[in-house]
Amino acid sequence: MKNIKIEVKDLSLYYGEKKALKEISLEIPRNKVTALIGPSGCGKSTFLRCINRMNDLIPDVKITGQMLVEGIDIYDKNVDVVNIRKKIGMVFQKSNPFPKSIYENIAYGPKINGIKDKNELDEIVETSLRQAAIWDEVKDRLGDSAMGLSGGQQQRLCIARTLAVSPDIILMDEPASALDPISTSKIEELVHELKEQYTIIIVTHNMQQAARTSDYTAFFYLGELIEIGKTNAIFTKPEQKQTEDYITGRFG
Amino acid sequence: METTINETENQFFSNKKKGIDIKGKFVVGITQVAVLLIIAILFIILGIIVYEGREKFSWEFISSFPTDGMTKGGIFPALIGTFILVVVMSIAAVPFGTITAIYLTEYAKENSKIAAAVRFSIRTLAVVPSIIFGLFGLGFFIQFMGTGMDKAFNGGELHWGQPNILWASLTMSLLTLPVIIVSVEEALKTIPRELREASLALGATKWQTIKNVVFPGSVSGIMTGTILAVSRGAGEVAPILFTGAAYYLATLPKSLSDQFMNLGYHIYIMSTQSSDVEKTMPIQFATTLVLLILTLSLNLVAVIIRSRIRRRAK
Repeated sequence: MKNIKIEVKDLSLYYGEKKALKEISLEIPRNKVTALIGPSGCGKSTFLRCINRMNDLIPDVKITGQMLVEGIDIYDKNVDVVNIRKKIGMVFQKSNPFPKSIYENIAYGPKINGIKDKNELDEIVETSLRQAAIWDEVKDRLGDSAMGLSGGQQQRLCIARTLAVSPDIILMDEPASALDPISTSKIEELVHELKEQYTIIIVTHNMQQAARTSDYTAFFYLGELIEIGKTNAIFTKPEQKQTEDYITGRFG
Repeated sequence: METTINETENQFFSNKKKGIDIKGKFVVGITQVAVLLIIAILFIILGIIVYEGREKFSWEFISSFPTDGMTKGGIFPALIGTFILVVVMSIAAVPFGTITAIYLTEYAKENSKIAAAVRFSIRTLAVVPSIIFGLFGLGFFIQFMGTGMDKAFNGGELHWGQPNILWASLTMSLLTLPVIIVSVEEALKTIPRELREASLALGATKWQTIKNVVFPGSVSGIMTGTILAVSRGAGEVAPILFTGAAYYLATLPKSLSDQFMNLGYHIYIMSTQSSDVEKTMPIQFATTLVLLILTLSLNLVAVIIRSRIRRRAK
């Protein structure tokens, strides 16, 4: 049990009357990559956004059940959502750098956490950019606007920005879906390296990507968790018929 | 097959040629006349003002005091008075309007009754005739606030309880508040949700997100709102009629409790209250020209900034 980072018990989510997630129960192991797959609208992104309480921002969303991170229910009344999000970083589908300099993008999180010392910030910026494998590309132009970077670079910048607040968990919502194959493979390599230190949950449309990057795979369909298991097992001999149909491309 | 297609095509075209579409032509004609009329009216107004005002219009006219019972000289005090008015008005209205806009777009829930009430008030405020603002200013600011301040601080001696720049500016700020709120709201809405989420996902609080991400992105909207408000405030006369504008002053105002001269009011005075209206005609036209240049150029700047915001929104 020690190696379980997140434990979800009977989690349901309603958009108003509509039940978008139905009694999801699963366990996400520590320092592994877990991929969430399934056809559009199956609830995988919605589920991902439950883990850092991003759904709080949407009016009329009601969540029942438990989301235990390190044994603590993050939906408990006493839990501060701001602290949750510091510990659980998120990389979005569309790269979303702030219209600020590359440096300021990375320093944003640490500054919000009250780090003011210039040397300390410099160090965080460099470490984060190195971790996200983009340091060499941007080290000579940290003062330039992040908007001038290519799509792939922007996405790695966003990953670096997430790393700068030193989270435990990184949520990735189709991080490479808008990128070219070369940028995609860079992101995938990055995911591979980052799992040494972080628990990563990645939503993807791309089956090969799930197979390449993840250790565990969860298959969602119509708001339900159909199956979760080792990626190898899911892709070679899935237990459920629906999973097999999806993976073999019979629907979705 | 081919012949059939050609035949139908021919029929289609010839049909169109045969019947003259009188109704269509009529509508097009009417709209063209309307457009030409509007352009003509605009050019006639501008033309007359520029033509009649050109002789008197000079640096000296702008920079000197009126002389000889306001039948000669310039409009310097009216220009300065207008300037002070819009500055004080902006200082009051811009922060207030910005904060209201931030509340409406960022904090108010979609179905909030308070927000609905605020929005209703803003819309209503925007259509209240400006003379009503003038009367409200007289009643609220001068008679209630001013007299109250005099009673409290000056032992009843008359100081604040009379028309002055402060009350006129505050009255004007009420009038321009909707302009600012709407402009800032529009700018705030162009900040993409993705950027707010990026900030929140890094553990920023809502206020930190507004302060660091939303607000910097809406500076241009605040500027547009301010410029539009200033241009509106510079042109309105009714709100300051009873609240601070003066017929003639030999000196510039020295404090907020002084009265002031104003371009729009100056035109009104010159054309209705002057001892010799005919004689002051060139001054009236030149003053109008100055006011027009002022408001038109302010509006132009606002339009340019706004179009930049819109482009960013796409």
